[in-house]
Amino acid sequence: MDLRYTPAEQEFRHHLRSWLAGVLPSLPPKPRPDDWAGRRSYDTRWQRLLFEAGYAGVDWPVEGGGRGSSPVEQLIFKEELERAHAPYVGVNFVGLLHAGPTIIAEGTPEQRRRYLPPILRGDEVWCQGFSEPDAGSDLASLRTRARRDGDEYVVTGSKIWTSHAEVADHCELLVRTGDEGSRHRGITWLILPMDLPGVDIRPLTTIGGSTEFAELFLDEVRVPVANRVGEENDGWRVTMVTLSFERGTAFVGDLLEAVELLATTVSIAQRTGAWGDPGVRRQVGHLRAELDALWALTKRNVSQAARTGVPGIGGTVFKLAYTETRQRLGELSLSLLGRAGLAADDLELLDGSGPLPCETVVDDWFRGISLTIAAGTSQIQRNIVGERILGLPKEPVAPAAGNR
Amino acid sequence: MDFELSEAQTDLAAGVRRLCEGRFPLEAVRRAEGADQVVDRATWRALSDAGVFALCLPEDAGGAGLGLAEAAVVFEELGRSLLAGPLVATHLAAGLIDGADDGSTVVGLVERPDPPPTAPDGGSPVPVLVEHLADLDVLLVLSELGISAVDPSSLDATRLRRPMDPLTPVWSLASLPSGAPVAGPEVAKWWLRDGAVLTAALQLGAAAWSTDLAVAYAKQRVQFGRPIGAFQAVKHLCADMAVRTEVARAAVHAAAVTVDQPDVGDSMVAAAGAKLLADEAALANGRSCIQVHGGMGFTWDVPAHLAYKRARVLAGQFGTAESLAESLADSLAESLDGEHPG
Repeated sequence: MDLRYTPAEQEFRHHLRSWLAGVLPSLPPKPRPDDWAGRRSYDTRWQRLLFEAGYAGVDWPVEGGGRGSSPVEQLIFKEELERAHAPYVGVNFVGLLHAGPTIIAEGTPEQRRRYLPPILRGDEVWCQGFSEPDAGSDLASLRTRARRDGDEYVVTGSKIWTSHAEVADHCELLVRTGDEGSRHRGITWLILPMDLPGVDIRPLTTIGGSTEFAELFLDEVRVPVANRVGEENDGWRVTMVTLSFERGTAFVGDLLEAVELLATTVSIAQRTGAWGDPGVRRQVGHLRAELDALWALTKRNVSQAARTGVPGIGGTVFKLAYTETRQRLGELSLSLLGRAGLAADDLELLDGSGPLPCETVVDDWFRGISLTIAAGTSQIQRNIVGERILGLPKEPVAPAAGNR
Repeated sequence: MDFELSEAQTDLAAGVRRLCEGRFPLEAVRRAEGADQVVDRATWRALSDAGVFALCLPEDAGGAGLGLAEAAVVFEELGRSLLAGPLVATHLAAGLIDGADDGSTVVGLVERPDPPPTAPDGGSPVPVLVEHLADLDVLLVLSELGISAVDPSSLDATRLRRPMDPLTPVWSLASLPSGAPVAGPEVAKWWLRDGAVLTAALQLGAAAWSTDLAVAYAKQRVQFGRPIGAFQAVKHLCADMAVRTEVARAAVHAAAVTVDQPDVGDSMVAAAGAKLLADEAALANGRSCIQVHGGMGFTWDVPAHLAYKRARVLAGQFGTAESLAESLADSLAESLDGEHPG
């Protein structure tokens, strides 16, 4: 066990840090969360800067056009960007973290040439069409239908939780090509151009008031067969292959953001006088221990990925623990605002000491609620830990589920 | 940076586990339940032969010259065995007290209450309680000011009839003599830190042991026509046990490595966090293990209660939940003050 970085790792960090120090002051102000056109141009411009500096796709293999960095360098990359308050991956998320890696692993040479460079350069934006109103945790029951008609698939159905759909050029789409009831054996992975006739987008408003997600309605949309990645009915495996790209760094930015929120929480407690309460201090101290431990667990998961080349089950353990810690942190900071927490915008104090950061706290509290639901609910994660790590018997499946 | 165990560390852990399973199986450990003395001298010598006590002593002092990371790995296995006795105190005392390193001297430790019970300004009315007194050759008294040695046979001590943990006999003292000074505040400070890390490692082992016992039972116990571990209500209890253990293990290992590699962080903070989370994992897992066993878990025969009780004993040593959490908060506030002057 060695927590010291090698000279090469330190040099990687040093170069990145000085590049960030040079480039970040030149960025324009961040757009408002509901300004989608502004967000697209802000996020893709940042991606372009990363590309020009050789930092696009640090986690992509060299043959895919990426930097091919080691898992430890990927950790350093995410850590330094977060500490420097660099822009978040934003609208480039699905392209860089999901669709791109899928096409690298399973796409044809032609598909790789066509789709990978624009993701790395920030020219094209992707969204994800996996979940459906009736296929959430049970994704293999998805029902969006693709019927083969010559060299096209005719796709009809609906998708949900499609982030950034309004500004996306392409959608990674899972469709049913097998029989009804074929579950994971009858799914196909398609590239859906978002400007095709029959694609309709309806934004969903979250409990925080933002339009992060959309519903996607597909009505007889004609997708070229050439847009299929992998074989017909092999889309489930194609999707799973992508997951093997994960190197334990998925929550690095998030975790460091939580560390900052804890510092904000201390400052709120000091300004409101709550810091004198040992109960408050103990909650803060406990959260600090948890965040430190989760940082250590991140390093462990990254080290494991570096040794074995594949992600361990550690990501599931991390997500379960982190998301609940983050929710408790959100609840503590909001409760420390007291009645000021009735405001979702910053609130000026009467003593002229500046505003209380109500916006940060309230928005974080809202967002925290999604963490134990998104990307696999905590209940599903506990099944995974119980069955795959501990070897407990599988959950009995009800035969009356309809589509089996 | 490579935070996985090295091959040597993995081998060391496996060796200690084999030793414990072969020489001190739970049936043997349980034979001492309720006894005045729970330390078997032959066991202590076997632990010494395996290097448990002299692990961190420099080689020129007769030790193995290893770091706290290796000690943490070893103590997790000792925790898993539920072996009784002052393991952490004797390990810390190697090099300071003659015979601690080779297992011939059993060293106990008590933290001096602050303020002492006899203080005129109203210290705690609770008497000083000492664990394992009848087994001890030397009793050390630890406070931030330093360490002193007391002859256990000289104490006016009353054996408590019914200790909470049947493998941790306890004595009550009317007063704690000041003893002969053996080390100053510098040594005391690192003892408090390393003692917290090693006690956390014991807790980690107990937490893992409770998880294993609960999972094994959940696979084998059949109700409603299937193993109870197939039901989410039980499965999720077990999953939470595994998650707590993994998070605590990362914290304990990081704390131990931070002691060995001081450049990577603040070892006092890391030790406090590790102890806090390992205590919690051992307590919560001990509790859940009993729950998974249902009514049988409430019986003396099923050993689930032993890990839960031991977790309670260890949670009161080298920092309590309250003191650790407050110290973490205070040091965080201090470091933030440093960042933003005024």
